[in-house]
Amino acid sequence: MQIIQPHYHAIARTAQDYEKMAMSGVVAVCEPAFWAGFDRKYAGTFVDYFRQISEFEPTRAADYGIRHFSWVAMNPKEAENTTLSHEVLEQMPQFFQNPNVIGVGEIGFHKTTRNEEEIFQAQVEMAVQHHQLILIHTPHLGDKVRGTKRTLEVLAGLNVDPERVWIDHVEEHTVKAPLDAGYWVGFTLYPITKCTPKRAVDMIEMYGRERLLVNSSADWGPSDPFTLQECVMELRRRGHSVQDAIEIFHNNPCHFLGQSPKWDIKPVRLEEIEVERPVLTPR
Amino acid sequence: MLAADQVLDQYFLESRCQLIEIAAMLDRYDRANGDGDERLTLLYKALEILSERGAGDNRAEQLLNLFTDPE
Repeated sequence: MQIIQPHYHAIARTAQDYEKMAMSGVVAVCEPAFWAGFDRKYAGTFVDYFRQISEFEPTRAADYGIRHFSWVAMNPKEAENTTLSHEVLEQMPQFFQNPNVIGVGEIGFHKTTRNEEEIFQAQVEMAVQHHQLILIHTPHLGDKVRGTKRTLEVLAGLNVDPERVWIDHVEEHTVKAPLDAGYWVGFTLYPITKCTPKRAVDMIEMYGRERLLVNSSADWGPSDPFTLQECVMELRRRGHSVQDAIEIFHNNPCHFLGQSPKWDIKPVRLEEIEVERPVLTPR
Repeated sequence: MLAADQVLDQYFLESRCQLIEIAAMLDRYDRANGDGDERLTLLYKALEILSERGAGDNRAEQLLNLFTDPE
């Protein structure tokens, strides 16, 4: 089955991940810009990081027949440093010309501070101005409800088309409001701190498969890109069809990401081919 | 042996995840309109034991005994 991994931090992963993903059906990955595990000091460091994920990573993925797309952004955690953030934002538009860059992300809140909000809003406005898709991170654990609520309030005050916005890392307590407001949502399968494959399938069964993306967000922390395949298995073992799985794990990413003219992977549909049985002729 | 705060530092998030997983399974059962089963009764009895702050430091043993077939 063909699978698209819509949120994947390849920079933090090994070539073996690419190899095994290719062997297990992954045809494309999308890499948002994120926090490196430490706060960076210089805008130039971000520029090189954006070059790495938009120019070098596609070549690494291509070695395994996987397409690689990327997003550029000042991530929510480092957005607290507004001076650095504005310097980075000045550099971002040049990357929108890159053939593999499909939008601005991941942006949003980490601790839901005023500084984060200033940079979040500036990046949403930049994305709209440059016709870029938007990927929004929502906070982890105890801050998730407050951060998601504020995210929706900020977006409501801006001129954004909800269809072009993906709000990621939603869970049972935050999934409904973004869906009701017309946004795309993402379930992030992450050991311990986010959603599990079983719970993701629960939410698919509760809310339907429209406007949702499932991802592993595999990064430098404890994470596993193959939770996506585990989720496919969980869906199938509950009796959902292969086509259902294709719709969720391949076609939905195509529908959302296909709003960018750079995304050229098309939705697929299983076809039953009637094979004419060969006539056995006696010897 | 870990100090009490180290136990929470190390295992709080993991335990949170496991509890949410149990909650999701019970939700799944209710959404499927399950009308009760002995196994479900056992699970709720286990949760009663876990909800008691003073249940003792052998909760795992109590739960295993609960899930043991009667002789």
